[in-house]
Amino acid sequence: MNKTPKSPDYSGYDINKKLTPEDKIEIYRTLTRMRRFEQGTQKPYSQGKMGGFLHLYIGQESVATGTISLCGENDHVITAYRCHAHALACGMTMNECMAELFGKYSGSSKGKGGSMHLFAPDKNFWGGHGIVGGQTPLGLGLAYGLKYKGLKGCCLCYLGDGTVNQGAFHESLNIAELHSIPVIYIIENNGYSMGTSQSRSSAYKDSLAQRADGYGMAWDVVNGEDIYEVRAKTQVAIDRAHNESKPTILEITTYRYFGHSVADANHKKYRTPEEITEYKKLHDPVNLWKTRMIEEAILTEESAKEIDKQAKKEVDNSVAFAEAAEDPPLSSIFDDVYWEVDNDTESGNTGRHFFND
Amino acid sequence: MREILYRHALREAFDEELARDENVVIIGEEVAEYNGAYKVTEGLWDKWGDKRIVDTPISEAGFIGMGIGASMLGIRPVMELMFWSFHSVAFDQLVNNAANVRYMSGGKCNCPIVVRGPANGGTNVGATHSHTPEGLFASFPGLKVISPATPADAKGLMKSAIRDNDPVYVMENTLLYGMSGPVPDPADGDFTIPLGVADIKREGTDVTLVAHGRSTLLALAAAEILQEEHGISAEVVDLRSIRPLDQDTIIKSVMKTNRAVMVDESKPFCGVSAQIITLIQEYAFDYLDAPIKRVTTLDAPAIYAPAIENEQLPTPARIVEKVLSITPVKS
Repeated sequence: MNKTPKSPDYSGYDINKKLTPEDKIEIYRTLTRMRRFEQGTQKPYSQGKMGGFLHLYIGQESVATGTISLCGENDHVITAYRCHAHALACGMTMNECMAELFGKYSGSSKGKGGSMHLFAPDKNFWGGHGIVGGQTPLGLGLAYGLKYKGLKGCCLCYLGDGTVNQGAFHESLNIAELHSIPVIYIIENNGYSMGTSQSRSSAYKDSLAQRADGYGMAWDVVNGEDIYEVRAKTQVAIDRAHNESKPTILEITTYRYFGHSVADANHKKYRTPEEITEYKKLHDPVNLWKTRMIEEAILTEESAKEIDKQAKKEVDNSVAFAEAAEDPPLSSIFDDVYWEVDNDTESGNTGRHFFND
Repeated sequence: MREILYRHALREAFDEELARDENVVIIGEEVAEYNGAYKVTEGLWDKWGDKRIVDTPISEAGFIGMGIGASMLGIRPVMELMFWSFHSVAFDQLVNNAANVRYMSGGKCNCPIVVRGPANGGTNVGATHSHTPEGLFASFPGLKVISPATPADAKGLMKSAIRDNDPVYVMENTLLYGMSGPVPDPADGDFTIPLGVADIKREGTDVTLVAHGRSTLLALAAAEILQEEHGISAEVVDLRSIRPLDQDTIIKSVMKTNRAVMVDESKPFCGVSAQIITLIQEYAFDYLDAPIKRVTTLDAPAIYAPAIENEQLPTPARIVEKVLSITPVKS
């Protein structure tokens, strides 16, 4: 686990001074909805109502919340498989998200993607990608596409601390700097690439983001538990992308409370229970924001509790929605393979596309 | 009709599509200032400039993934692999992302890309540079694979590939780039050939030779020998498109000739020929007068030795031999 030195106060930075009380409450609502959503998946998952893997974001909520709170019309988001929170922050409804986890037809990908592959392109959210590092060239491409179209925007491309050792990531960094592509790589450093700690998986001097130096690229390290800091430092990168069309690496330190996935049986063996307890007690991003908001007289214990109650109810409703939702029809296996086939075009009707006996 | 080189037919396709659609962009190693490692994109950078013709570092996973990401936003990248053999360093992008992103997003993402380059043996560059992965990529639903044998097919299919809204992988051939053939003049109108339509390159009655890419030319040479020396009339079906596949044309031909020999530069194990044979036995079993035979690249990594590499690939002599093993000689 990364020890981050005590941060200076970032609340006075311009981008944070612009926040209205409503904005700050909305941030709390987003944090709470993420936390409650992830908690709400655990029971149905353990009951076998969901398949596959379930990578929970609990403990990391401030990263997606803080960074995505800065996104404008032409700013896009792509991430890896720990993606539920990013999808919610971009505006995917809990119903679509939960139904996808249940593999239902009303899920965000009609039950074709599952937990690791959530998509909402209409909300600038491009997945949800299962292969470590596979999304890093795609994020580069989204940003390249924005630049090609002459739009003032950027792509926030999230990755874990283990991903910094994938080749595709380094190829992307080189191209990003070489071609001045407005992509922001956000390393969500939770200290562990699955069961291997940062010190056992990465060779580095002071930080992982520092590897950007090798490409002449701007970088920064961010204390992820402080949303004011996350927003202040991410805005610098967004301004760089928008105004100079230049990339950045941000390494945002954070922590996950649960295992790599729910199926990670060893997550209390490769780290101590005390480490988890200490983080929960001293660094929990949801609690820290709540405390800060109470100090600022934006929230009260009661109003915070009410927001939490609403989030929990929304999650309960989404579980009920997902349980009652229809399974995909067997015939839908062949939908969404080829655009031309789905759209019944001349091309889609020429030649044999599928080879079932 | 005018005759132009295969590489110039491809270049003409790019030039016309760059003019037709501002979202078309050519991306790859040495495609711009160097004019293309095989001169396929020669002159395009001079004409279209940095935005439309983009040189990349030697980072196939990086730039192909970049093109896939951009395509999701509506850009239409045409990406050159200097050799299709380099697919292996970009495999995650070519398969996990390009083939699957539409599916995994429930149809919300599209991937209108073209990945193209030469995929062939026969140039003494050893096993790492001589892969023929058309069967490999055709085995992934979501991908389309084409392999044009002539300049006209190269141009017409490439234009369709660029306009297609699915990922299309185009397998060209360094041995074909310098061959010339008739290609309709652009002044006579927009010339495209649809994906999924085979072409009977030579009509015949006694045996069907099914081929694609340069193997089509070998099959045609063999057909000539069969006619001249053995009185056997061979029909040559050029698949042109591996997936989607024009099954009807293959089956109709076999129903007519009652015999079939596959000619396929892929390796035999699970190669394109294996799939075609499965379809023939399923849909034309009762029409067959003999077992289906095939001529593929001999089943070992591509040998370097210039003296014998060509013997590892399909040859007209081996095709003739296989045909004679199942076809009664008439003369």
